[in-house]
Amino acid sequence: MDGQMKYTPQDFKSDQEVKWCPGCGNHAILTAVQKALPEVAEALNYTHEQFTFVSGIGCSSRFPYYMQTFGFHGIHGRATAIATGVKVANPKLTVWQVTGDGDALAIGGNHFIHAIRRNIDINIMLFNNEIYGLTKGQYSPTSKLGKITKTSPFGTIEHPFNPGELVLGARGTFFARTLDVEMGLTKDCLIAAAKHDGTSVVEILQNCVIYNDRTHADFANKDVRADRTIVLRHGEKMVFGKNRDKGLVQIGMKLMVVKIGEGGVTMDDILVHNAHEPNPGVHMMLVNMSYPNYPVALGVIRDVPDHTYDDSIEDQLAELRCKSNICCMDDLLNSGETWEVK
Amino acid sequence: MEETEKCVDLDEAIIRFSGDSGDGMQLTGTLFSDTSALLGNGISTFPDFPAEIRAPQGTVSGVSGFQLHFGSRKINTPGDYCDTLVAMNPAALRANAKWLKKGATVICDVDTFTEKGVARAGFKTANPFVELNISDYNIIYAPITSMTKEALKESPLDMKSIVKCKNMFALGICFYLYSRPLEHTEAYLDRKFRKKPEVAAANKAVLNAGYNYASNTHSFASTYCVAPAPIAPGKYRSISGNQATAWGLMAASEKSGRPLFCGSYPITPATAILEELAKRKDLGVKTLQAEDEIAGICTAIGAAFAGDFAVTTTSGPGLSLKSEATGLAVMTELPLVVVDVQRGGPSTGLPTKPEQGDLYQALWGRNGECPLVVIAASRPSDCFHYAFMAGKIAMEHMTPVLLLSDGFIANGSEPWKIPSMKDFPQIVPPIVTEAPEGGFLPYKRDELRLARSWALPGTKGVEHRVGGLEKDFLKGCVSHDPINHQRMVNVRAAKVARVADFIPSQQVIGDESGDLLVIGWGGTYGHLLSAVEDLRKEGKSVSLCHFNYINPLPKNTAEIFGRFRKIVVCELNLGQFAGYLRMNFQQFRFEQFNKVQGLPFTVVELKEKFYELLAR
Repeated sequence: MDGQMKYTPQDFKSDQEVKWCPGCGNHAILTAVQKALPEVAEALNYTHEQFTFVSGIGCSSRFPYYMQTFGFHGIHGRATAIATGVKVANPKLTVWQVTGDGDALAIGGNHFIHAIRRNIDINIMLFNNEIYGLTKGQYSPTSKLGKITKTSPFGTIEHPFNPGELVLGARGTFFARTLDVEMGLTKDCLIAAAKHDGTSVVEILQNCVIYNDRTHADFANKDVRADRTIVLRHGEKMVFGKNRDKGLVQIGMKLMVVKIGEGGVTMDDILVHNAHEPNPGVHMMLVNMSYPNYPVALGVIRDVPDHTYDDSIEDQLAELRCKSNICCMDDLLNSGETWEVK
Repeated sequence: MEETEKCVDLDEAIIRFSGDSGDGMQLTGTLFSDTSALLGNGISTFPDFPAEIRAPQGTVSGVSGFQLHFGSRKINTPGDYCDTLVAMNPAALRANAKWLKKGATVICDVDTFTEKGVARAGFKTANPFVELNISDYNIIYAPITSMTKEALKESPLDMKSIVKCKNMFALGICFYLYSRPLEHTEAYLDRKFRKKPEVAAANKAVLNAGYNYASNTHSFASTYCVAPAPIAPGKYRSISGNQATAWGLMAASEKSGRPLFCGSYPITPATAILEELAKRKDLGVKTLQAEDEIAGICTAIGAAFAGDFAVTTTSGPGLSLKSEATGLAVMTELPLVVVDVQRGGPSTGLPTKPEQGDLYQALWGRNGECPLVVIAASRPSDCFHYAFMAGKIAMEHMTPVLLLSDGFIANGSEPWKIPSMKDFPQIVPPIVTEAPEGGFLPYKRDELRLARSWALPGTKGVEHRVGGLEKDFLKGCVSHDPINHQRMVNVRAAKVARVADFIPSQQVIGDESGDLLVIGWGGTYGHLLSAVEDLRKEGKSVSLCHFNYINPLPKNTAEIFGRFRKIVVCELNLGQFAGYLRMNFQQFRFEQFNKVQGLPFTVVELKEKFYELLAR
């Protein structure tokens, strides 16, 4: 982008002191968001005052205070419902929700899946650090099985959610995944999310330095990242690795990692990513890929068009206003069965 | 018996229609009520649904009832005990016999009083009338089912559809008994079955057959006439409490220019408000059937932040679920109306039955010092006014308002003189249209109301953050400062208390001073009024002080209390309003009269209590 944009990242920085721990992954995410918004405004013709940030409770949910936009710091788990109300009330706003793995998937799980099912046009940034940070280190619904925390001193006995799998299972139309440290990719995912009409979920794998340090390190560490993650781009081959020599193929009902040039595998055999495919089959396999058997999928995994809840509400309002002969309260009060007393 | 029955003039009459929940008793009652309204009678009605949708046929748990009280004066309640009971089967008789006046008329479908039918209803003997000790009442053994079949023997309808017409036979009998014309019902049937003329014809034939049966068989010693009531001229309609609540909220939306948003989860007995609002897309109403009660209120809070007039509707258990979010609305100082249509509690309690047990929950059911405005509607039609006022106060004072209704007034209906919107005040919310010089301060207040301003997303230059954390007194940013917290707690309380400057003075019905002041609030109004009016006619020194504004209370409240020798607070709970009044007015002694049976007061029991207090 050139210097012609109407806003700069500075326009989205509030005067509040950022109070996350030093080294917290949230700092990088905040920077990426503040860099993304001028581009979003440019691409979708939004003005500054149309940006509205809504959050729940948790470390991530302090986010709106640091944004010079309209902001609503809600209560635990309910950001999705609050954001839904904001968008229905004023569909012209661009509504961004900031939430964490506990906020969105435990206490707010119900609202999360139903927003996705309705396909309301909000952008959900889900900061996933697999731990409760603000309450100082209890396991979350995404903590790995066996994880030792303050409330699981002998290891958790619960299977974690994979947020992508949950989004797809709830009929999600947009899912992207990124790493806190990959600011460029985060920015790209956020812009794609903004462009998508409907509920967009961007899972940001975030590092909590205090209570769950290095939880994503196996694949997210800089030295192994290229070989242990794959950045998916619509229309491009599913290729990864430091030398771009590994790729994904589909064998029967499974994906498989292959080395290009070995065992007769050529670039032609490698799958092309189609984020717009309505059938969620391959997307489901992609979101479920985990290290060490697979690279962890990053980028926009699913982005399919569908009608949105907010558009449908506006359409119905317009249609019924047009059709009905009741135009005001007096019309309604005098409609139906009435009688005159002389 | 004479050759022709004489028409006896009555001041009032109470009819109860009862049958299986599939027998069409609600419609039958409504049609009788509409005809009586057209004749100019005062009316009050109440449907008595079972909690089950279609309980097994012929059993007591499946009985659905509709009570109608009409008269030649203004009618305030659906009545305690009935003059006439229509019982479409033995179960209906068994379920409703306790509501019969002594010597009442019972019209029963004798075809259903078979050995099997009687046993199914749970009677222990073959003669239900003897068993119920009502055999000397005026029992009309009408073969309703067989006469319906006979009347339609030429009809092209199948047998199931034919039998479905039998409620019209019962209605025809009642029309004859109370000297009502059939035209309104016939016109209704023609309209309703416009596309099925054979069904309309069958229903009309059965209606007439019922009427003629009653006339020809001389079943009744006399028929009755109930003259029109002296009611104000004008255009009227019938309205239920839930419908009036929905419309009052819509009226507030129209007068404020803010679109109406309702986020709600279905719950008995509040659901009809959401249903009514969902119909009104033509008036721009947005309804969101949420995934749960919490989402209902949270979507509403989001909508309020974004500039809609936001409401959420529920009943007691749902209000419990909304507690935390209600606190958020208090903290963010956004306009919001929470409607609680009370039902019997605790827990799931008695979902279809009225009670006033949620008062304390409404006043205090939140964490922290968390005051809000509490208003209660007192009859079906005034739900419109109080819903409107809830909206006006919420938007002009920037506060959540909790509007209490109950299952009794929500489902009950009465004639209502149609108001004109030009007679309602404008609602002027403190919306900021541009950034003030020197910067926008989200929590700066106006001096009169202590309300902060409403800065809607999309308005240039007023970007700000709100949330559940304690706010700085002016800037609205997060503040953990101890003095600031005290100041904010005080100002939130003062803001709600300040509403007292904007509500009408409390009225007294009857003399301004005297021996006994009867105090009530909310849906008990009709019964309390009837009882007090009866005693006043007897020359007793009794007045009624019925509250609609609960928090804050009207400013003249204590002054009224001081003018009476004795005070009794009557409520359908264990004494919540009495406790609230004691807390506020320790100088007075409050007697109590309480009932918690999932039933309204009866006028009879109220009068007994008042006699006793007057005698003491």
